[in-house]
Amino acid sequence: MRRVSKITAACAVAAALALTATSCGESSTESSDSEGKLKVGMAYDVGGRGDNSFNDSAARGLDKAKADLGAETKELTAKSGETPADREQRLTSLAEGGYNPVIGVGFAYSDAIAKVAKSHPDTTFGLIDSVSDAKNVASIVFTEEQGSYLAGVAAALKSKDGQVGFIGGVDLPLIKKFAAGFQQGVTDTDPKAKVQIQYLSTGSDLSGFGSPDKGKAAAKGMLDKGADVIFAAAGGSGAGAIEAVAGKKGAWSIGVDSDQAKDPALSKYSETIMTSVVKNVDSGVFDLIKSVDEGKPLSGTQSYSLAEDGVSLTTTGGHLSDIQAKIDEAKKKIVDGSIKVKTTT
Amino acid sequence: MKKFDKDRLLLGIAAPVLAIVVAFLVTALVLAATGKEPFSAFGIMFDYGLKADSQVYILNKGTTYYLAGLAVAVGFRMNLFNIGVDGQYRLAAFFAAALGGALTLPGVLQIPLIILTAMIVGAMWAGIAGVLKVTRGVSEVVSTIMLNAIATAIIGYLLQQGRLGHLDQAGTKISTKPIPESSHFFEIPTTPTPIWGFIVIAALAGVAYWFVLSRTRFGFDLRTVGQSGSAAQASGVNVKKMVVTSMVISGAMAGLIGMPTLLNDSYEYSGDFPIGIGFTGIAIALLGRNHPVGIALGALLWGFLERGTGKLEFEGYDKEIVGVIQGVIVLCVVIAYEVVRRYGIKRQQSKVGEELAAQARNSDQQEVSA
Repeated sequence: MRRVSKITAACAVAAALALTATSCGESSTESSDSEGKLKVGMAYDVGGRGDNSFNDSAARGLDKAKADLGAETKELTAKSGETPADREQRLTSLAEGGYNPVIGVGFAYSDAIAKVAKSHPDTTFGLIDSVSDAKNVASIVFTEEQGSYLAGVAAALKSKDGQVGFIGGVDLPLIKKFAAGFQQGVTDTDPKAKVQIQYLSTGSDLSGFGSPDKGKAAAKGMLDKGADVIFAAAGGSGAGAIEAVAGKKGAWSIGVDSDQAKDPALSKYSETIMTSVVKNVDSGVFDLIKSVDEGKPLSGTQSYSLAEDGVSLTTTGGHLSDIQAKIDEAKKKIVDGSIKVKTTT
Repeated sequence: MKKFDKDRLLLGIAAPVLAIVVAFLVTALVLAATGKEPFSAFGIMFDYGLKADSQVYILNKGTTYYLAGLAVAVGFRMNLFNIGVDGQYRLAAFFAAALGGALTLPGVLQIPLIILTAMIVGAMWAGIAGVLKVTRGVSEVVSTIMLNAIATAIIGYLLQQGRLGHLDQAGTKISTKPIPESSHFFEIPTTPTPIWGFIVIAALAGVAYWFVLSRTRFGFDLRTVGQSGSAAQASGVNVKKMVVTSMVISGAMAGLIGMPTLLNDSYEYSGDFPIGIGFTGIAIALLGRNHPVGIALGALLWGFLERGTGKLEFEGYDKEIVGVIQGVIVLCVVIAYEVVRRYGIKRQQSKVGEELAAQARNSDQQEVSA
């Protein structure tokens, strides 16, 4: 008897919940517009502001918009283990809150933006690292493979015995673009050179982006096998690789995403950081915000390639000066199309 | 006897309520320590959490969490700690998604096929741990946690272009082929967003869990083994068989966890398929005391807390605060259950003692009068 009454109670509760869900129509996202003011909504990927990498470079663009354009900003961050519905909700709350543009940082937002953009046709959305067909979405993509190609050229020229290494954080397609470009750059420059490619974790295990110890172990393994230039496209794990490389005389490391020779935590290794492959997410973000501010919002695919310095190599420390001419030559060939860089290994 | 049951029920409810109240108090202290006003934060959470679209969100999230709680609870009732629910549901959802994307059967056939695939994959993956336990004495805690890592690696290996993966047009997202529209699960139309139809399956799973465990001989055997393996063995239960069977059932239930997301939301398995729900399930099963209704309440509470965070973050609070609440609730639940259990035992003892004393007095008086 007791059991039965408990079940009835449970059913009643469930039914009541379902009823209130259907009947009382008040929604949490009643829009509260304040016309005229530039309000920018940012939805970061897991890690958010302060990851010293991808999200931070987007945040720099936002900070610039705040300083130069007086934009009001709202920043939300993804949690690990969330569903597509969570991402949609995040974008919706920003759009309904009157934020325009709303920028999704990272390809994980691609499906969510496609859906939310449809239901908010008056808001401009920015999607970084992926492409959407919707009219009010500006897809901001970078040609990582081109920047990595140049890094490959530099690595092949600087390596003494043609042994170089690539460490990828996680074997995601995005990271494979780095690997593909790097490998092609190396072998185009020195056909006899060997590239060791290693990923630190696989699939949904994103620990490879945040484990300096794994980066260090992988780099050490490569150094022991004779590599003397190592390119680590591995987020936070890259710091471990840079540290390991600094321990071997005459070896070079190549950083990623931001100028790692200027990173306060890594500047002590700056003598061994040859260069960094920089992806200027900040300019992509800033350009989009500016376009909305000027009333001419960007849309369609905005490709930031080598031609418009969307990706580039840093020259901190002047370690590239002896080979700069050859790098510029390769850059020219990519820009004029005589070299096509692959995006998959 | 009836009175005693009522006491037990009261004590049963007292524990989680106590836990939640203490958890909120601790959170209020944390909020105050960070220089934020705690009660306005709770105000925001409740206000926002009771809105229509929040309710839909909570029910949808709760559906997934409920299934996770049930999967873990099956093991708990048997005294098995299935930490591997996480790997089981991911592997199950992955293969189910791959199969669903590859076939184009009519929905009435394909949906059950996808769900069945997920249950079988989950069951087999958990079964490995069960078999290892009975044949080699490997602790299921160790084997299932290892199997989680192996499941991640298997998915990572197969979810590549040229295997079961499929790159999107931008070349940055890899997923299984999307499941055809005819095989999307039905939705209950509500405004502004629909409720996932899978909530019906989750409810049925809850009923099945309750029925099998408390109304069948199998369930009785299972609970007996959970309470004392040797006693069950002595009364003729094949303990080894029960261990494997309950792991398999736990795994099959785990296979369902990914289905609401797969069939009602994402329709594909990609790198951003939710992870870690198996561990959430452990917390929810603990919170719900392995009882089907308790687990449902725990799942809804979890959904509510997560819904609240989004808003708190929007209002400028640290989003980590919900992690604090959730962690504190689990801790408090464990402590509160123990406190309430001891209190219950003490009360029962003093009651029995009183009755005995009264009896003794009575018989004394009788002797005197005789």
